[in-house]
Amino acid sequence: MSFGPHLLLALLEGTVTAFVLALTALGLSLVFGMMRIVNVAHGEFFMLGAVLAWAFSTLVPGMPALGFLLALVGSALVVGGVAIVADRLILRRLNYAPEATIVATIGLLYIIQQVVLTVYGPNANPVVPPINFRVVFPWFGYSGYKLVVIGASAVMLAATWYTLTRTRIGLVMRATQFDRETAQSFGIPVDRVYSAVFALGAMLAAVAGVLIVPIQQAHYLMGLDPLLLSFIVVILGGLGSLRGTLVAAFVIGISDGVISVFYSATLAKIIATLFVALVLVVRQEGLFGEKRR
Amino acid sequence: MTGTTPRRDWLLHLGVIALLFGVQFVLPAYHYSNFSKIMVMASFAIGYNILIGYTGLLSLGHAMFFAAGLYGAGLTVHHLGFDPLSGFLAGLLAGLCLSIAIGLVALRTSGVSFMIVTLMFAQAGYLLTFYFGELTRGDEGFVLKEELLRVVVGDTGFNLIEPAARYNLALLLFTVCLLGSLILVRSAVGRVLIAVRENEQRTTMLGYHAFLYKLLALVISGTMSGAAGATYALLFTYVGATFAAIQYSILPLLWVLLGGSGTTLGPLLGTMLMFYLVDFSSGETSSYMLLVGAALIILVLWAPKGILGTLREKWVPWLP
Repeated sequence: MSFGPHLLLALLEGTVTAFVLALTALGLSLVFGMMRIVNVAHGEFFMLGAVLAWAFSTLVPGMPALGFLLALVGSALVVGGVAIVADRLILRRLNYAPEATIVATIGLLYIIQQVVLTVYGPNANPVVPPINFRVVFPWFGYSGYKLVVIGASAVMLAATWYTLTRTRIGLVMRATQFDRETAQSFGIPVDRVYSAVFALGAMLAAVAGVLIVPIQQAHYLMGLDPLLLSFIVVILGGLGSLRGTLVAAFVIGISDGVISVFYSATLAKIIATLFVALVLVVRQEGLFGEKRR
Repeated sequence: MTGTTPRRDWLLHLGVIALLFGVQFVLPAYHYSNFSKIMVMASFAIGYNILIGYTGLLSLGHAMFFAAGLYGAGLTVHHLGFDPLSGFLAGLLAGLCLSIAIGLVALRTSGVSFMIVTLMFAQAGYLLTFYFGELTRGDEGFVLKEELLRVVVGDTGFNLIEPAARYNLALLLFTVCLLGSLILVRSAVGRVLIAVRENEQRTTMLGYHAFLYKLLALVISGTMSGAAGATYALLFTYVGATFAAIQYSILPLLWVLLGGSGTTLGPLLGTMLMFYLVDFSSGETSSYMLLVGAALIILVLWAPKGILGTLREKWVPWLP
């Protein structure tokens, strides 16, 4: 294959990565922006979504499309439920103190991961894609499902965007973020808003997990990579800035796709990681973030 | 500096060391080997405690300092044929240099940013062990050959992996780290570190250069962790990327929180308890890391001061 088609392939792969990453990172960014906490267990919600997708798809064998839809709704609901329980039982009791929350979510990370290991086992399991056609380019064939991933992610991103900026729920969330105490005195149930935001963040990760599982098998350790990548994206995009998060997800996703095809994937990751650490040192608000009030 | 350390503290700490020296004559072989490992890991935890417990900086990347020592010793002995002592010094130096470099950069942040920056640096360190896979053999790691670990003293010689040599060298490392941390926290420098932990702005206003003190704490902490890593490589012969992974940044945090952050003996207590808890449960289930997660949450919710910290608060206020 010559350079041109090779680049096209790299860009396609990068776009798929970027959309899935944008969903995952948006969840992390939302939780950080609204609640000012760093959720280290975010990658485990992604993993839980993927593993549940496998579980739901085995419920309806032979009907991959139905299994996929079931997984999409079911995984999101289950993971959202887990997140609400975690928020009520752990995070709220800590009063969302930043450092204690990080330690607690590290604990949550291991609990989710190890429970999945116990119930689901150490094996990686594939899920059959809901649709099975190939887009044929002159130089190579491309899995049609990956285009579905792009479309579904775009719809989810748009829906989240709409909810946050155009609906009453979004308004309540933004009011809580802007000034928690004033919001409370205006009768907004701040506790419930926090639970909802935490659940929404977790559900976005879970949906990303469901979407990725027909491409990448479900495994109990698959949560670490999306967690670190989301950190990178959220920091580059500016802590708490949703628009920045989306932009950064595309920059990182596509460049990761391109660099991994042409160079060593490990080197790309090392450079990205070091770069992000330095960005955080030099500009604590992130590359495109606004200074905090 | 020793003048500021009360005699009671010395008696307690020397007593613990004497106890660890004494039990080697009665311990069954299995626990004998466990204790050697616990003492090395407790030294790692003591180094971690200087940073989190006495300076108030929570690092999520201490695996990189441990791994710097581990690879500093392991690679030089394995590939360059260093003798064990030079290997140890190479590991120590690696820990020292890395902690200076990381400190100069990462200490410009604080709080949550410091945690994320250290996590990111440690992750880059972990990935580096894969990038140089030809030397490190990545995840699989390598084992130091027995004949490389012979030490000749005068006419006689011994091998580091003989159980008695291993136990007493681990005890030596532990003794140096424990007494070092005791002297440090009871010294004038240690009191400034505690002042930085309690209120950094006020400490700065009193005329102390808080950044330099934080750097000092990080360098001592990182060097101790490096020394523990180097000792681990030389005594237990295995050098692998697992020790650079996130898990080994979380474990010292857990050990210190469990034993009591900001207590000199807490790291030993926490390491020992957690080691036997994991050892016991890994016989029953493969998901023993579940315990680590549960312990972290329980500690942060109900016992943020850990065992010795709670003990000090309620009954023994003089505990260092």
